[in-house]
Amino acid sequence: MNGLVVEIRQRRPAPLDIGLECREGELLALVGPSGSGKTTLLRCIAGLHRPQGRIVCGGEVWLDSGARVALPSQRRRVGFVFQDYALFPHLTVLENVALGCRSPRNQALAKARQWLARVHLSGLEERLPTTLSGGQQQRVALARALMRDPAVILLDEPFSAVDQVTRRRLRLEMAELRRGLQLPIVLVTHDLEEAEMLADRIALIHHGRILQQGLPREVLQRPVNSEAARLVDIRNLFRGRVTAVDEARGRCHLRWPGGEVEANWRKGLPPGTSVDWCIPPSGLVLHSRLRPSRGVRENPVKGRIVEIVHFGGHAQVILAPASAPQLRLYLDLPLHVAERNRLAVGEGIGVSLLIDSIHLMED
Amino acid sequence: MDWEAFIISFKLASWTVILLVPLAILLARMLAWWRAPLRFMIEAVLALPLVLPPSVLGFYFLVLFNPNAPLGGWIREVTGATLVFSFPGLVLASMVYSLPFAAQPLLRAFETIPQQLREAAWCSGLGPWQTFWKIELPLARAGLFSALALTFAHTLGEFGVVLMVGGNIPGQTRTLAVAIYDRVQAFDERSAGVMSMVLLGFSLVVVSSVYAIERRK
Repeated sequence: MNGLVVEIRQRRPAPLDIGLECREGELLALVGPSGSGKTTLLRCIAGLHRPQGRIVCGGEVWLDSGARVALPSQRRRVGFVFQDYALFPHLTVLENVALGCRSPRNQALAKARQWLARVHLSGLEERLPTTLSGGQQQRVALARALMRDPAVILLDEPFSAVDQVTRRRLRLEMAELRRGLQLPIVLVTHDLEEAEMLADRIALIHHGRILQQGLPREVLQRPVNSEAARLVDIRNLFRGRVTAVDEARGRCHLRWPGGEVEANWRKGLPPGTSVDWCIPPSGLVLHSRLRPSRGVRENPVKGRIVEIVHFGGHAQVILAPASAPQLRLYLDLPLHVAERNRLAVGEGIGVSLLIDSIHLMED
Repeated sequence: MDWEAFIISFKLASWTVILLVPLAILLARMLAWWRAPLRFMIEAVLALPLVLPPSVLGFYFLVLFNPNAPLGGWIREVTGATLVFSFPGLVLASMVYSLPFAAQPLLRAFETIPQQLREAAWCSGLGPWQTFWKIELPLARAGLFSALALTFAHTLGEFGVVLMVGGNIPGQTRTLAVAIYDRVQAFDERSAGVMSMVLLGFSLVVVSSVYAIERRK
């Protein structure tokens, strides 16, 4: 395999025990809270930190503690975009990009100009980094990283130092740029939305270990346990107990403080098992107050609205179930649906928890 | 005006800068990112010449490099020369005496370079030596200018060490500062005044250029 394979561990200074792969052309997002070890992992790949284990990239062994192999950063073909970009303040944009190139100077400068054009920075070659905007600096850092013909691109929170409008534009550019690069790309971020938007796969890291890795949808909506669910900010997270199982239909019933729900059953959860379960806000359907429909029989829950928050054409409605007013259910509705149903704080409404959206996790 | 003394002062200051500053760069660069328990000891030794009376430094120098002492004797055997009461000895003593003035600004300058910039250089494929030449030294250039200017000016103004180690040999070890002292002893206030004026003006120019560079940084 020509991608990146990492298997590393260490006990100090912070424990780390991680195994992951990133294929050519694949973008792997490392997400997790601050201090979880995401950036350390990136530094290990770049050779800025030496753990125990093995790192192979582009067919080259970069680290193999068993065989006493540990290439220095200079000999690992990494394109590293640092969080604050780490541009050399005394060098022009062009020199920043061309610096590490071993080709004769004319060729190096020509190549640097090409990369700068590719990241839409033509015309700024002779400027100093301090005179550029955050977004422009990020692009210089990206061009510098690509200049080395890297075998892997490492991005450490590359969009965190710019304003939101620029961030959105840079993300789109990144998505476009990466399609032309047949390289493994590892992106560190704490922004789940960013990970979902850019990544082919997500690895959820916590306390130096991978809690879960898989497709973005998988990791963000079907967490392996309640800890993973909390880390990906799943708010509709509850405990329950399996009360009945219908193996033939593949369904089971759960008792939870809000009443009883029906969910898809999976093996290994016999009646009596305690489970954590969750449901994305999009898995809750509002019972229309205008035209009552047949759907209302699927896991109906009645409750009172305690808060409505508007954002980007949507309304997030927070509901206190009537049978368990201390709990909160979150549902997202298009704004026009919320308005047409005249939803307001204090009103009573009914919702259905869609069976296929309910995700059971072992205790 | 003792032009011979002026030339010797100038020669001494130049040689001290030429020999000491590269050494100070090496020392400062090594110390800057070195996190060891004994680091404070080394920093203290580096700063010691600042507080030590020149006569103490001169005294130990005479004790060590006296041709009858083991080290001084060995040097005379190897080179056929002695370091006490000679120009090379004066240069060596000046280097020790001016060490803090060369090392401190460089150390501070290297320390303020963010670690991430060095890492970015390594990840761009630059080896440690290239990183030093292309990134670290250019970013520490304000410290380098300060080190050059302060070492030069400080050596020019040396008196105690020069008198102790070099004596007052005209054409060999008599510097401007010593010549002023010599003229005052001989009640030749006019000569002393002219030479003092020259030294004052020269030092003022050097020190103000250091501050100007610091300000620009």
